[in-house]
Amino acid sequence: MERTEAELIAAVLKGDAASFEPFVQKYSPRVFATARRYARRESEVEDIAQEVWLKAFDKLKSFRGEAPFEHWLMRLTVRTCYDFLRGHQRNRELSFSDLSDPENDWLERFVAAPETASENVDAAKLLIERVMEKLSPPARLVITLLEIEDRSVKEIAEVTGWSVPLVKVRAFRARAEMRKILAKIEKDKYL
Amino acid sequence: MNLLELQKKLIAAARVNVPSERVPYAFEKRVMAFLTSRAVADHWALWARGLWRAAVSCVAAALLCGAWAFFNSTSNANADDLSQNFENTLLAAVDQNDQAQ
Repeated sequence: MERTEAELIAAVLKGDAASFEPFVQKYSPRVFATARRYARRESEVEDIAQEVWLKAFDKLKSFRGEAPFEHWLMRLTVRTCYDFLRGHQRNRELSFSDLSDPENDWLERFVAAPETASENVDAAKLLIERVMEKLSPPARLVITLLEIEDRSVKEIAEVTGWSVPLVKVRAFRARAEMRKILAKIEKDKYL
Repeated sequence: MNLLELQKKLIAAARVNVPSERVPYAFEKRVMAFLTSRAVADHWALWARGLWRAAVSCVAAALLCGAWAFFNSTSNANADDLSQNFENTLLAAVDQNDQAQ
């Protein structure tokens, strides 16, 4: 008979580390999918996932069982991704010359006829990845959770540990930051 | 260029681009091996910590005994010296021979 998650957690807390493996098997796909939103290189994604599981193992005592394990784990994952972003702040300047030819072509099409430029093309996906990489860590996190994953402000507050007003302020600033990056591309392109 | 519209388009592009849930081969095994090896290392750390605590206790006990012996010997400076008594007892036969001659 399969053991429940509560039983497995109790076994891990008693010192049976092997009982942790079913969690790693079951939830790793979600952890990897989340990590891939914040890191591009596979080696970085794997580092984040490993860090998440080490933290989950070490902090398992703090899991009180009031919410599902998955929620607790995803909160840990998002926070680990945020720590990763803060620790890997790269050059945040993006200029028009950095863009590849397909990205430029897509922008040209967008300028010519915004409604006909499809978002479901690789160039658009590459461009948004590039723009996201240039955002500050809080801006990137909040845009990802609010705009891309379509989560509510309350959910974001729970996941990040920020207050609801702080999430709102950061969302406002993040949108402005993103527009500033796009404005810089426009300026480089046409001036 | 309509920046607001561009922003919307790009966010829509990001929504369409759902990240893969692919897990690298044997990732679970690697994580579990690491966690288990760390648990073994933790046992050694526990043992080492115990040894250090024991060492500190021993040093403290030695210092206390040393201090007690030092102050005891200075306060009883005129009392019989154990080492002198021991030496007298051990060399008693030699002393007797010397006196007989």
